[in-house]
Amino acid sequence: MSEQKVDAGRRRFLTVATTAAGGVAAAGVATPFLMSFFPSERAKAAGAPVEVDISKLEPGQKINVEWRGKPVWVLSRTPEQLKALPTVNGDVLDPNSEMPMQPAYCQNEFRSIKPEILVAVGICTHLGCSPTYRPDLAPADLGPSWKGGFYCPCHGSKFDLAARVYKGVPAPKNLEIPPHKYLTETRLLVGDDK
Amino acid sequence: MSKGQTIVENASERAADAARPGAGGKVLEWIDARFPLSSSLKAHVTEYYAPKNFNFWYFFGSLAMLVLVIQIVTGIFLTMNYKPDATLAFMSVEYIMRDVSGGWIIRYMHSTGASMFFVVVYLHMFRGLIYGSYKQPRELVWVFGTLIFLALMAEAFMGYLLPWGQMSFWGAQVIVNLFGSLPVIGPDLSVWIRGDYVVSDATLNRFFALHVIAVPLVLLALVVAHLVALHEVGSNNPDGVEIKKLKDENGIPLDGIPFHPYYTVKDVLGVVVFLIVFSAILFFAPEGGGYFLEAPNFDPADPLKTPAHIAPVWYFTPFYAILRAVPSFFGTQVWGVLAMGGAVVLIGLLPWLDKSPVKSIRYRGPKFKVMLTLFIISFIGLGILGAIPSTDVRTVVAQVMSFVYFAFFLAMPFYTKNDVGSTPVPTRVTMSTPARQVRFAILWAVTIIGAALFAMYV
Amino acid sequence: MTKTIRQLIAAAVLALPMAGALAAGGGAHLDKAPIDIKDTESLQRGAQMFTNYCLSCHSANAMRWNRLQDIGLSEQQIKDNILPPGAKIGDPMKVAMTPADAKAWFGAMPPDLSVIARSRGADYVYSYLRSFYKDPTRETGWNNLVFDKAAMPHVFFEWQGEQVLKHEKGADGHEVAKLELVKAGTLTKLENGKANTAEYDKRMADLTNYMVFMGEPSQVKRHQLGYIVLLFLIVVMLPLAYLLKKEYWRDVH
Repeated sequence: MSEQKVDAGRRRFLTVATTAAGGVAAAGVATPFLMSFFPSERAKAAGAPVEVDISKLEPGQKINVEWRGKPVWVLSRTPEQLKALPTVNGDVLDPNSEMPMQPAYCQNEFRSIKPEILVAVGICTHLGCSPTYRPDLAPADLGPSWKGGFYCPCHGSKFDLAARVYKGVPAPKNLEIPPHKYLTETRLLVGDDK
Repeated sequence: MSKGQTIVENASERAADAARPGAGGKVLEWIDARFPLSSSLKAHVTEYYAPKNFNFWYFFGSLAMLVLVIQIVTGIFLTMNYKPDATLAFMSVEYIMRDVSGGWIIRYMHSTGASMFFVVVYLHMFRGLIYGSYKQPRELVWVFGTLIFLALMAEAFMGYLLPWGQMSFWGAQVIVNLFGSLPVIGPDLSVWIRGDYVVSDATLNRFFALHVIAVPLVLLALVVAHLVALHEVGSNNPDGVEIKKLKDENGIPLDGIPFHPYYTVKDVLGVVVFLIVFSAILFFAPEGGGYFLEAPNFDPADPLKTPAHIAPVWYFTPFYAILRAVPSFFGTQVWGVLAMGGAVVLIGLLPWLDKSPVKSIRYRGPKFKVMLTLFIISFIGLGILGAIPSTDVRTVVAQVMSFVYFAFFLAMPFYTKNDVGSTPVPTRVTMSTPARQVRFAILWAVTIIGAALFAMYV
Repeated sequence: MTKTIRQLIAAAVLALPMAGALAAGGGAHLDKAPIDIKDTESLQRGAQMFTNYCLSCHSANAMRWNRLQDIGLSEQQIKDNILPPGAKIGDPMKVAMTPADAKAWFGAMPPDLSVIARSRGADYVYSYLRSFYKDPTRETGWNNLVFDKAAMPHVFFEWQGEQVLKHEKGADGHEVAKLELVKAGTLTKLENGKANTAEYDKRMADLTNYMVFMGEPSQVKRHQLGYIVLLFLIVVMLPLAYLLKKEYWRDVH
């Protein structure tokens, strides 16, 4: 038996190459497992865009629709309410909606497509409670300067009628405006804007 | 001798590498002062000396380990979407198959894995049988292995109920009723197992719990015991030669090579070949010709309608055939149940039934070889008979084969005594030769063709 | 290619010998269904028929409408041409009939068809759909050669026309039950006593094809992925692992 020389270079190359190929294989195997954590077809179907009929929505009235398991508010604001919005600009944290909490087409003073119709996700940006609609002016509990808005009962966060967060409350951001579009004058699609 | 030196040099080089004080070395030192990492790796991997003459049959231990991992990982992900509820279970499997991204791959991996587990384990057990791996001093390795096989059967049986199809339901119904035939406690026992008067939601729930956590824990513990016992005594080999008897001046067996890197790279090759077979089934024939996923199991469980032909999944069929072959007498059918249980228990008693002075079939006499051949024919034959409906002729054939099955074990103390071949057991292991490989291929071909012919004409 | 691989595997897992033994068992003769799950046009025709006819009484609750995108339909096409009014594209294929009506009409709820092709096999479905015959003893007026006393009426009788059961002596002297077309439908022809059922058979093949697809919508993807995985294992992993093993085992003499 003659002593064969070990070709260390070849050995290292093959080890590295096999390990690398094995790594590719492992990544491939991991893919379906990781993918399975994404929403399933059922979850996607349940989270599909929701059509809302707003023909019967009166000024000042708010309706709730469920989209992806979250409450979405559709609020028809009165002309007075719209007029009051600029007056609180100094009291809200992000008056010009610079934080990305809305689609580009809603980055305006009303945070909406049609000025009067507000569509917002009714989940407080603090810890996820659903704020209550408080259109009443200057109530006892919210103080004399209250011009109508949303009040979160959990930790006292306040939002105006454009769902903008007030300064000095726990919530750090405006309420989210979901993607939406108008199929007709009175039919609203929440969840899709394409 | 040159081989031993090369390996010793390699080993000492690696040891030197580890000792060099790099950043990695420091971390390792820190760990080793608190946890036996390096020493365990040495004892079980880099300086665990395995005989150098392992052949084809020695792939299946590591492959069984691989399949166990596949089953556990895919099983965990399946539980995330499966519903153990009689009204939801069936559709939740289809939900996994269609709605969950990647779900069908995970499910097919699990269902293919279940069958491949038994393929691998049967071949692994056969290896032990032909090379006498159960003989002194490896009795406990074998006993733990038999217990693993038993746990695996329980695991597979309970897992098969979960898809809640017709075969799931009626398979469980038949097997649970077997316990009902035990004297005195039987009827109460089967109700107790089901938790209801029929296989129901309660049964499904408890089988789910046992399948996903209880039995897997037992399985894992047994696998650890199996490996610890194996590493205590060292591996057997195709020659049945104890390599620990001949050591060099460093105390290293002359015929041993470190498990790592030699058997790790060899097992990697085995794993790749196995994965090719596994993927081919998974992607192109996940139903395994109707034997891995049975067609009637795509009908939801219906307690009022029995399928025309109930057959257990293929890996249970040899034992099922034994059950069916034993007639009931003295007014009870418990004998078949006892025979089926005995058929498994006998496997665990092999170390004490085999009185042969040699381990490997290579150095045994003709009596064992004849008996083993008859046993293989019977085992495969029973497997085929258990999968097809019985007729009068088939029942007689199954009875003969069941007799051979038991005779193989029970008569073993007699026919193995002094049954030694003409070639004496060598002192050193021998390597494979082309002649042996050809003989091996021929034996495989004969077995497959024989089984095919038997299935066609029985 | 797929077929070859499947056959090889079947042989390898010993399914071949056992399948041989099983084929010897009884049951009606089944015709081979011409299945091609890559033929999207056939699948689309089948999906249309399935929606128009089968879904009136049967559900396919595991199948979502938007999954029809896998057979080459766009979301808009599904909405415009196939989706029943009121249904959403992400909904499962629900049955139109209520369970109470089903009980009154058929005595039981007709089975869900999501995976029926997997439980019975394509050949069974294909043969069943073509084996209805006139039987005045049955309440519906129809019986089926493949599934005796089927509760289902002959939904496609206008297409197929009427068949009757005939008993003939086979070559080996055994009596064989056969169906004979006695009245042509819109998709069959009777010329000089000779039946031409090609057009009807083709439609039923489309429907069967669709049901095979619906039994496992990821089949095509499964095969595609399978080729990639096998190619990678055989072309990359196998040679590397083999060379690596050879390289290390040069030490062992």
